[in-house]
Amino acid sequence: MSTVSDAWDYLTDPESWTGSHGMFGTNLDGSLRFQQDSIIALTLEHLYMSIAAVGIAAALALPLGLWLGHVRRGGGVTTVISNTSRAMPTLALLTLFSASAIGFGNRAVIIAAAIFAFPPILTNTFTGMAGVDADVREAAFGQGMTRLQVALRVELPLAVPLIAAGMRTSTTQTVATVPLAALVAGGGLGVIINTGVATQRYGQVLAGGLLIAALCLAIDQLLARAQRAVTPRPLRTGAPVAA
Amino acid sequence: MYGRTVDNPWLSLDYLRRSGDEVWAHLVIHTSLTLQAMLIAVAIALPLAMLARRSRRLSGPILGITGVLYTVPSFALFALLAPFTGIGRTTVLIGLVAYALLVLVRNTLVGLQGVDPDVVDAARGLGYSPTRLLLTVELPNALPSIVAGLRIATVSTVALVTVGVVVGYGGLGQLMFRGMQSNYRAQIATSSLLCLALALVLDLAIVALAAWAMPWTRGSRARRRRRGRARVEEAAA
Repeated sequence: MSTVSDAWDYLTDPESWTGSHGMFGTNLDGSLRFQQDSIIALTLEHLYMSIAAVGIAAALALPLGLWLGHVRRGGGVTTVISNTSRAMPTLALLTLFSASAIGFGNRAVIIAAAIFAFPPILTNTFTGMAGVDADVREAAFGQGMTRLQVALRVELPLAVPLIAAGMRTSTTQTVATVPLAALVAGGGLGVIINTGVATQRYGQVLAGGLLIAALCLAIDQLLARAQRAVTPRPLRTGAPVAA
Repeated sequence: MYGRTVDNPWLSLDYLRRSGDEVWAHLVIHTSLTLQAMLIAVAIALPLAMLARRSRRLSGPILGITGVLYTVPSFALFALLAPFTGIGRTTVLIGLVAYALLVLVRNTLVGLQGVDPDVVDAARGLGYSPTRLLLTVELPNALPSIVAGLRIATVSTVALVTVGVVVGYGGLGQLMFRGMQSNYRAQIATSSLLCLALALVLDLAIVALAAWAMPWTRGSRARRRRRGRARVEEAAA
């Protein structure tokens, strides 16, 4: 089992965490560079890319989902979007972007990851908003609330558990997608695996797999807690299902 | 730049004419890998779901473990397996099966739990043995949910095969990756479209197969309504 001991050696070597030339440097254009031989720097880069992708996706999907859900139209479209995105290989989008004007690197990865982060947020926001009891809506309108007030003060709070579930699904999935960046000359933890395969250091490959798996499970747990925290107690029974 | 001066179209018949054999070979690998993974996954998931249904004590760990397998990214899973199972088909296959398990187990379980208890009671009252009950009453009733899971799992598996690139066995993903390395747009676009098409074809095939296996869900709504009305009239007469 030399691979396992190699992985152990890699993970216990302080230099694999801090990098041989520090964790950060500067690119030719003066921007911040995450050193690609430091686990800490790669993890930070991984998180930065994930947050950027989910942020972009949420900024577009949340308002759209809120609006579509409020007017209760477009259910078919959201289903088609989420089904198509399931069939579309991430690698296909990544390579398509890399060969297009977007070019190699982290930008292509963030855009591709944002596209895949979009459907879960949209679908869940839509379902949450559209699923609000019609009587509750009627009552709110009957009290003289405007459309905007009904949407933001009545429907949105009731939709929060599903929206939170959608954000969780989308974030977990993004953190799991970003490792593919290494295949298109991007950064993040996937670099460890890719370098390991290329140099036939399978201990490092194993270590990289463990690190990514640990990060994903940790993020999922963290978000599960957050999801529970934002869900009002009466709505907690029966975990919301997010496909 | 060099790439701009040379004609580099996204879609080209010339590419297919020149590399048709190679594209076909990768499509075959992709398809066979997907089908093999789905067959193995179903063979494992069905008994697991039945076990989870039988025993409450086992259902927690079964759903938990498949859930963890599902959360671990495929890219990392291939990397965890590669040092032990080597570079190539086996590694990708194991990863794909592991990934499909959660959806299949969960949907089968949901389907089995959703069977009308009155129906099960009636069958038991008629003296059905547990095995016969499972095979002729519970499973057919759970079939729609199982099929839904099978469709999701199959479509995601087609997409996941491409990640096998990391261990050098990604089916059509191999072509995407090589196309990217050599900036060959036609190769990337062709293999991407074929991937989508394969997912669509397999999905439609499952739908067709399910319609054949579940004759009771077949037919248009209008026809069913008409049949229902005929039965009502018959009863009235």
